[in-house]
Amino acid sequence: MDVTVSVNGEQHRLDIEPRRTLADALREDLGLTGTHLGCEHGVCGACTVLVDGEPARACLMFAVQADGCSVTTVEGLAGDDGTLHPVQEAFVAHHGLQCGFCTPGMLISALHLLETDPDPSRETIRAEMSGNICRCTGYTGIVDAVEAASSTMRDASRPPDRP
Amino acid sequence: MKCAPFEYVRAGSVAEAVTVLRDTDGEGKILAGGQSLVPILALRMARPAVLVDVNRIPDLDGVARNDGSVRIGALTRHSALVAQTEHPLLAEAARWIGHAAIRTRGTAGGSIAHADPAAELPAVAVGCGATVHVAGPAGERSVPATELFVGALMTGLGEDEMITGLDLPVPARWGFAEFARRHGDFALVTAVVAEIEGEIRVTVGGAAPVPVRASRAEAVLAAGGPAAEAGRAAAEDLRPTGDLHGSADYRRAIAGEMVRRALAQAGVGTGAN
Repeated sequence: MDVTVSVNGEQHRLDIEPRRTLADALREDLGLTGTHLGCEHGVCGACTVLVDGEPARACLMFAVQADGCSVTTVEGLAGDDGTLHPVQEAFVAHHGLQCGFCTPGMLISALHLLETDPDPSRETIRAEMSGNICRCTGYTGIVDAVEAASSTMRDASRPPDRP
Repeated sequence: MKCAPFEYVRAGSVAEAVTVLRDTDGEGKILAGGQSLVPILALRMARPAVLVDVNRIPDLDGVARNDGSVRIGALTRHSALVAQTEHPLLAEAARWIGHAAIRTRGTAGGSIAHADPAAELPAVAVGCGATVHVAGPAGERSVPATELFVGALMTGLGEDEMITGLDLPVPARWGFAEFARRHGDFALVTAVVAEIEGEIRVTVGGAAPVPVRASRAEAVLAAGGPAAEAGRAAAEDLRPTGDLHGSADYRRAIAGEMVRRALAQAGVGTGAN
């Protein structure tokens, strides 16, 4: 089946079997292996991507359902020159990743959280990130990172003070 | 963890969807949000020959006030149920559904049709006395939520029928309490309190194959009894089964406490009414 999908701003046309999940299409057909697959049945959150700006589990969506949609994966976070996104910077600075397997899903979930709630409490961060499982159990570092990223992103979006 | 092959049909209308379902002779399944169906397919617990994707059917989503109730389109995502302000009980209950990346995809109609005993929306539908609208090849019909759920993961829907929406009465007072081991997990027990047309309805989800009205608790309240006593009456009425998440006795105790908390939130049985 023909599918046209925009991934990280780039248009792709794929001829795809209906049962292929969006996660498999991203990884196998487009070579975007940043999206990780842990459980493949919607429990672990590792494959979370943005579909038309909303977080979705790429293992619970068939690629044919993304026809005409705009998908953002972890590869789309950094700038064209390789500059890390503030959320990525914060994960590095605050030990928000250990083995790194859950990180792509964590980053996407954190990004969506901070876009909808620029100043979340630690409790909110824990609740909103609860759909992403970290097997290294590095949650404290992850919550620290999201909290730090929220502060950086708020500062960046604040208009400069008048002299 | 890959699905078996299936034929994919993207339906453009409800009429087309139910026609395709009819023509598959029970081998077809509706694909809405996919948050329950796709795991079932991935685990190969089901192998439908045809998936009818209803996500692109126009005008099947949205929440609109209609006198004393709200009309909820079947395709309304849980995230929209959280965001709407017409039905505060529904918004509160929807916050408890899954995680952010599930609420953006999962739908109201899908949750009702899936009929998980521990799911929030079936409990709210029974608790508020919802009317569920169903389309089939022969036309439309309406079913009270209390009659739709017939067992765990089982409804009275025909194989060629689909839910198009539901009317959910807006309660004058309400309470919602849920106990889950982790936020976003399916509930161990959910308690819904809704005052509809002067009647206090107490409903418990997760403690039986379908959401159940706690009639003895309601009788206690009707006689002016306190919330704590109503909670105990609700617990005594339940015959939950134990599993690795909690024994039968534990579930019963939690159910009583959730009913008490939901009543307290609703301001019912506090001695002030």
